[in-house]
Amino acid sequence: MNIVEKILARASGKSSVAPDDVIFANVDKVMVHDVSGPGVIKVFDKLKKQGISVDKLWDPTKVWVAEDHFVPSAEKVSAENIVKLSNFTKQYGIEKHFKYGMGQYGICHTISHEEAMVMPGEVYVGGDSHTNTTGALGAFACGLGHTDVAYVLLNGKIWFKVPETMYFKINGKLPDHVMAKDLILKIIGEIGTDGGAYRTMQFGGSGINEMSVESRLTMCNMTTEAGAKNGIVEPDQKVVDYLSSRGASNFNLITGDDDAEYSRVFEYEASEMEPTVAKPFSPENISVVREAPDVELDKSYIGSCTGAKYEDLMAVAKILKGRKVKIRTEILPAAISIYKRAMENGLLKIFLDAGVTIGPPTCGACCGAHMGVLAKDEICISTTNRNFPGRMGHVESQTYLASPLVAAASAVTGKITDPRDLQ
Amino acid sequence: MKGNIIKYAQDNIDTDVIIPGQYLKVHDYAELATHAMEGLDPDFHSKVKEGDFILSGKNFGCGSSREHAPIALSHSGIKAVLALSFARIFYRNAVDGAFLLPIEIEQDAYDEISEGDEIDIDVSANEIKNLTKNRTYKMKPFSDIIGKIIAAGGLFKYRPDQD
Repeated sequence: MNIVEKILARASGKSSVAPDDVIFANVDKVMVHDVSGPGVIKVFDKLKKQGISVDKLWDPTKVWVAEDHFVPSAEKVSAENIVKLSNFTKQYGIEKHFKYGMGQYGICHTISHEEAMVMPGEVYVGGDSHTNTTGALGAFACGLGHTDVAYVLLNGKIWFKVPETMYFKINGKLPDHVMAKDLILKIIGEIGTDGGAYRTMQFGGSGINEMSVESRLTMCNMTTEAGAKNGIVEPDQKVVDYLSSRGASNFNLITGDDDAEYSRVFEYEASEMEPTVAKPFSPENISVVREAPDVELDKSYIGSCTGAKYEDLMAVAKILKGRKVKIRTEILPAAISIYKRAMENGLLKIFLDAGVTIGPPTCGACCGAHMGVLAKDEICISTTNRNFPGRMGHVESQTYLASPLVAAASAVTGKITDPRDLQ
Repeated sequence: MKGNIIKYAQDNIDTDVIIPGQYLKVHDYAELATHAMEGLDPDFHSKVKEGDFILSGKNFGCGSSREHAPIALSHSGIKAVLALSFARIFYRNAVDGAFLLPIEIEQDAYDEISEGDEIDIDVSANEIKNLTKNRTYKMKPFSDIIGKIIAAGGLFKYRPDQD
């Protein structure tokens, strides 16, 4: 069995599972945020009216809550949702609630690794499609809707059809100025936005071994844009060190068998990758940066679960040091812990000296909600993961998806720029 | 189940156009319905009628896990979406929350069924009848668990131990 089959077999109490088996898997961790939480509460209200008990959760210690999409609240509906979420965690005894404005908080998919909320080998579900991100720690991490999350909260398990696994073998090492984001955009460009549908995308090979845990998180985050059920990397010493440095211990390092089967195997040479963008209006609509359209940009957005981890901000600082931005540029570290490190290590000064605006950790403009959305006809280069029509604001705005290095280089020139070409 | 078709002849209709991100804070189903399909077709709300079906291409509902998407369509009156294929979470949300039927169709149905056609969906026979054009098409049968959850009326009413 491969890693996903082994995790799902363990979680469903079976000695083995195979693709297309339908199982009920016991869930190890579940996350709700300020979008899915109020939705779950609505489902609970409906169940109560039907006579189904919602008095207690299956295990409040396995549940954690993030406030990320609509904080800081720009208006009263968002503010009321935050109050609903607080009442919910109080009522059900959920202690792990990362509240905006109180110590550590940030984007849920970033908290999941920054705060070591999820361990290798676990079944982790969340009410957000980019829950896939956390597969980089060697967990089966998968996004679900409100009804499914409500079911997990009450029953501790959920049904899955065991996915086929597509294996992406990455050889070698990414060149300078090329990041994991460039590689995953290349892969999505080739397999398409439904290329991973209903399946697992597993990454391995020397290129993945070489990669930092944070780069692997970017790879797994973007599997959602290929429609995958989940993305995963087998855990290694780097994952153990990463989680240990965040206070975690007792790892269950499940890896695939040597004779594990995959439905398809793809192979990529990391050394051949180039800075890449996805043009409007699809993550599969890719171009290498040197052949990207010569458009005047209005904005560079450096944020989100995909592109505002500490490593991402380090890459941005490398470009912005001693330079000035030519277009409106916003940097939103993905969690307070990252914000703090950026402050301690002088990154924030580099950003401010370059003329950038630094915002609080939030999903804000990535999902077109608040804190910097795009007007009609505006063009943005962004480290986020999706560029559908209207994703970051007006339906006639345009977003180019890029690595933090490309977004920073483009901020400096005002055009889509290969960081290798920056003077 | 009979209804009329609203056709979007394109692939990859994503959740950001089905219900734009700015409405994710809204959990009032009636209000969500007024914004359904706003990112693609601002006239949708004025033209949709109770019992209509949407017909579209590949990978319908790709993108976000937001359950607001099937909720907004369902509360607009849409009873089924007929598409060449669906994105995973949209499909699951539609079924587990019992909001609407996600029906996978074949290419002939996609090509021949037009906007406004009256359709009769017969799930037990895996057939779609085009009453306007007097044609019958095969629909892909629901997988075992999906069929059972639909028959039960959603995930919370499904009892796997009674299978």
